[in-house]
Amino acid sequence: MARTVWDSTVGKKTVMAVSGVIMLMYLVAHVIGNLKIFFGPEEFNHYGHWLRTVGEPFMHYEWTLWLIRVVLAGAVVAHAVCAYQLSRRDIKARPSKYVHRKPQASYATRTMRWGGIILGLFIVWHVLDLTTGTVHSGGFQAGHPYQNVVDTFSTWYGNVIYIVAMLALGLHIRHGFWSAAQTLGVGSRARDRALKTIADVLALLLTAGFIAVPVGVMTGVVS
Amino acid sequence: MKLTLRVWRQKNADADGAMSTYAVDGISSDMSFLEMLDILNEQLILSGEEPVAFDHDCREGICGACSLVINGEAHGPERTTACQLHMRSFQDGDTIDIEPWRASAFPVIRDLVVDRSAFDRIIQAGGYVTAPTGSAPEAHATPVPKADADFAFEHAECIGCGACVAACPNGAAMLFTSAKINHLNVLPQGAPERETRVLDMVAQMDSEGFGGCTLTGECATACPKGIPLVSITSMNKEWLRAARKAGKR
Repeated sequence: MARTVWDSTVGKKTVMAVSGVIMLMYLVAHVIGNLKIFFGPEEFNHYGHWLRTVGEPFMHYEWTLWLIRVVLAGAVVAHAVCAYQLSRRDIKARPSKYVHRKPQASYATRTMRWGGIILGLFIVWHVLDLTTGTVHSGGFQAGHPYQNVVDTFSTWYGNVIYIVAMLALGLHIRHGFWSAAQTLGVGSRARDRALKTIADVLALLLTAGFIAVPVGVMTGVVS
Repeated sequence: MKLTLRVWRQKNADADGAMSTYAVDGISSDMSFLEMLDILNEQLILSGEEPVAFDHDCREGICGACSLVINGEAHGPERTTACQLHMRSFQDGDTIDIEPWRASAFPVIRDLVVDRSAFDRIIQAGGYVTAPTGSAPEAHATPVPKADADFAFEHAECIGCGACVAACPNGAAMLFTSAKINHLNVLPQGAPERETRVLDMVAQMDSEGFGGCTLTGECATACPKGIPLVSITSMNKEWLRAARKAGKR
């Protein structure tokens, strides 16, 4: 079965759909966590600490977090590898372009590949900035996420990178969620409108929720 | 009507092609697009030039032979085949660009003619039933629910012209393949090969060098027979079901 899936374009799309849904579910949890920043450093930092102690005493300190990280890294790699292989195939399948070209599908649909690349680069920066602190502006303090977030969004480039990436995320989810439903065979004529609405609402809520944090820092609501 | 045509001219599969410009006059708005090309070819023959090669057969919109990308749209601006497109869809003085289907799986043979044998090989991989056929059976011998019959008919409308591939930015043949699979997979006559059909036809589609689906929906917009985009969803569902079953064996 694994061979059948990996050798087929339909199978690779299935891998993309499943890994996409895993990442999407994580993002929903992530945005809810982020919004706690509006309730002060104590609540936000406490939440950050709790993430490391989830599942105790069954799980050791940080075990659950690492489990989530491994699953997520797997999903990101699977999603990117399939996207790369399928894109190469797609470009090869249409080697010569039309002289006369009509405007194509929606903006979200046309920007899936570039949007995906932007998001991939963003994830690298985001982890180096706020998880490891390698490229963090100012002194990165492990265990003090509130201050770290404020530091990042006190720089102009921190805000630009983040907001651009979150807009790309919204567009990616808008086409991606609906497409995943089609790939997994759960779409139908009757459900089409509902699926498109859910995709739009998810895209809008996640983008707005994530962007609220840098906007909060910029306007001084979070400081 | 007086028109300026910019037509893709290419000597053979290996030669480089280019757009050539021609002027045609005396076109009636009641002519079909192919009749307009006939007038152009008569002009070219009389002036000692090579006529433009293009595929056509029934000229009734049912055979799927015609294959022109007109002003960047497969089969032109109306939802029909190029042979059933009439010149009333254009204005006097228009410049019209005419190109062949473009996909690596459909190599250009000459001018506007492409080789669509890749579709035949997809059909050979599973687009048939092994049940005995012969003369028409008694109508109630094999009951088919109304909804299933409608579903099968909708997909059986596909004439295999390849407009879906031509319109797809990835040169994918998903809409064609899904129409052929769904048509047979829903019927009792197609049930014995339900799993092998979808697995084999999708595998053949991939090996022909068609691209993958990114659900842009361009195929369904271009389809002269109105095969819906959700047809691809139904095929994906069939494929996943078959892959799961094959894994258990």
